[in-house]
Amino acid sequence: MEADAQRKKLIRDIEDMAARMRKSALDMAFSARGSASHIGAGMSIIDVLAVLYGGVMKLDKGDPIWAGRDRFILSKGHGVLGYYAALAEIGYLSKDDLDTFERSGTFLAGHPVMNRERGIEFTNGSLGMGLSLGVGVALALKKRGGANKVYVLVGDGECNEGAVWEAAMSAAQFKLDNLVAIADCNAFQLGGRNEDIMSVGDMAEKARSFGWNAVTVDGHDAERLYESLTASYENGKPLMIAAKTIKGKGFSMFESDNRWHHAMLSKSQYDSLAEELRSRQP
Amino acid sequence: MIINEALSKSWSRVGTRATFGLVMLDLAEKVDRLMVVSADVSTSAGLDRFKNAYPEKYLDVGIAEQNMMGIAAGLASEGYSVFTTSFAPFQTMRCCEQIRVNLGYMGSKVCMVGLASGLVSGILGNTHCCFEDIGVLRSIPGITIITPADCAEVAKAVCAAQRHPGPLYVRLTGSTRTPIVYADDYGFEIGKAISLREGADVAIIASGMMVHESIVASDLLDKSGISAAVVDMHTVKPLDIETLRGLLSKKLIVTVEEHSVMGGLGSAVAEFLSRLADRPPLKIIGVPDEFVEVAEYRELLERYGLTGEAIADAVSDAMRGLY
Repeated sequence: MEADAQRKKLIRDIEDMAARMRKSALDMAFSARGSASHIGAGMSIIDVLAVLYGGVMKLDKGDPIWAGRDRFILSKGHGVLGYYAALAEIGYLSKDDLDTFERSGTFLAGHPVMNRERGIEFTNGSLGMGLSLGVGVALALKKRGGANKVYVLVGDGECNEGAVWEAAMSAAQFKLDNLVAIADCNAFQLGGRNEDIMSVGDMAEKARSFGWNAVTVDGHDAERLYESLTASYENGKPLMIAAKTIKGKGFSMFESDNRWHHAMLSKSQYDSLAEELRSRQP
Repeated sequence: MIINEALSKSWSRVGTRATFGLVMLDLAEKVDRLMVVSADVSTSAGLDRFKNAYPEKYLDVGIAEQNMMGIAAGLASEGYSVFTTSFAPFQTMRCCEQIRVNLGYMGSKVCMVGLASGLVSGILGNTHCCFEDIGVLRSIPGITIITPADCAEVAKAVCAAQRHPGPLYVRLTGSTRTPIVYADDYGFEIGKAISLREGADVAIIASGMMVHESIVASDLLDKSGISAAVVDMHTVKPLDIETLRGLLSKKLIVTVEEHSVMGGLGSAVAEFLSRLADRPPLKIIGVPDEFVEVAEYRELLERYGLTGEAIADAVSDAMRGLY
C-alpha cells in the first residue's frame, strides 16, 4: 500500500515536472525571439523526458559526468526545447543558461552540442545518427559490466533515415538489452504528415521484426510510460518504446499544427500560451 | 614500434593492408581499451588473426559504414581507443556526414583506416577506386590525414594514431610487394614531413606510394643534371608549413599523389603557396578530374604519369617552362 502511494506521488511529481518544463520550453522559444525554434517537436517529447529524467534514469544531480549514470541521447536533436528544459530541472542548466537559448555565443544552440559538464551528452542535429551512438555506448557499458542503460530518443520522421535501421539491426545482433530507444511518434515531419510524405508504419511492429522487444504506449501518459520503461522484458534484446505523441502537445495553438514545426512566437502569442498553461494548473 | 630491415621486408611482401592487421595485433597486446570496428572487411584488412586472438577487442558491424562510425564514436565517448576500417570509398564517402558530426564536430578519438585507396582496385572499376578521400575529408575541421609511404610507415602511423587524442584518417595505398622507403627505424611524428633526398633545383613533395616513385624520379633527374629533393609529406593535414617554407628557394615545387589533382596534397600545398608573394611555380601531379578507365594498377599509374620515369619527365618539362 505504501509502495502504491509512493508510486502515485512519483507520477504526480513527474507530471508537475512536465508542466514546469513546458513553461521553460515556452519561455525559451519566446526568448529566442529573433530566431525560430522547433516548437512542435520540443513539446511532443516533454512527457517522455520528464519520465526519464524525473523517474527512470540513474543520475547524480551534483555530478553530470558520474560514471554510474544512465546515458541519454537526443537523436532527434531539434527537440532541444524539451531537452534543455529537462536538464534545467535536474540542475545541470540554470534559468540564466536557458535565457541564452539560440542567442549569439550561447552554448545552447538550436541542436545540442556535446557539453558533458552541463549534461549534454552528445552532439546531434543531423538526423538518423543517435541510435548508432547509443549502440556504441551500450557496447562500452556492457564491456565495463555495469548495470547502466542507454536511452535514445528518436523521431518517427527521423526514422526515414536508413542509418536508423542499420543501428536497429546491430542492436539486436549485439544483444543490447541495456539499450532503450523511445520513438516520439508524433505523426509529423518537417514537410507535413508522415503518412503523406514517408510513413514508417507501425514502429513497434517494425522493431519486433528487427529482433527487439517493443511496446506502444501513450507518450503523454506518465504512468504508462513509467511502467513500460521499468517493466521486465525478454532478456538479450533491446527495447523500443513507440510513444504515441501529439506534436506541440500542451498548447492548443500548437497541437498537431505543423506550422509550429519551426517558428517564432510573438509577445501576444506568448502571453496567451502562458495563460493557457496557468489555467491548466490544478 | 621499432622498424628493422627484416620487418620492413616481410611487411612489404604482404602490403599495407596486411601490415595494418599485424600492427593491430601488436597494439592489442599493449593497449587495454582498444577496439577495432570493421564493416565486414576482416580478411581484406588483414584482421583475421586479430579477431581470433582478441575477440573482445573486435566488432564487425556488417556492411553498414554509417552505423560503424556512430558506434565508433559511442565507444570512444566511453574512453575506448577506436579504429574503424573498410575500403577507402566506403570508409570515407559512404559515411561522410557521420565522420563530420561524430568525429570532426565531437572530436572523437577514432582512427579511420581506408583500405586500397588510390588506383590499386582499377580493375574493379571506379566504385572501388578512391581518389577523392583526401579532398572530401580535408575540408572537415579537426581531422588529421595521413598517407603512409610504405608498410613501415603504416606501422609508424597506426601507432602514432593510437596515441593521438582526436580523429584521424590513415589512407592505405599500394598492392602487395610494395616498395620499401624505410628499411630501418626512423622518427615519425604526425604533421612533420620527412626529407628523404636533398636537392638544389626542385622539391618533389609526395605522399603514399608516390614517395618511392619520386625517389626513382630524383635518381633519374640527377643523371640529367637536375638536382631534385624528395619530401615524404605523410601528413596531408595538418600540413607541415615549416618544411614547406624551407623549400621556397627551389626553382620549382612539384607535388605527386595517387589522388585527384583537386583537393589533395597538391591543393593543400597550393593553398599555402598562394598566400606568398614570392614563390616558386608549382606543378601538381595526380589523377585528373575524371573517372579512370578500367585497368591494372601499374597501367593506370603509367597512364596518369605516376611512375618514376613519368615524374622525372614532367619535372624536366616543367623546369624548361613546359607545363
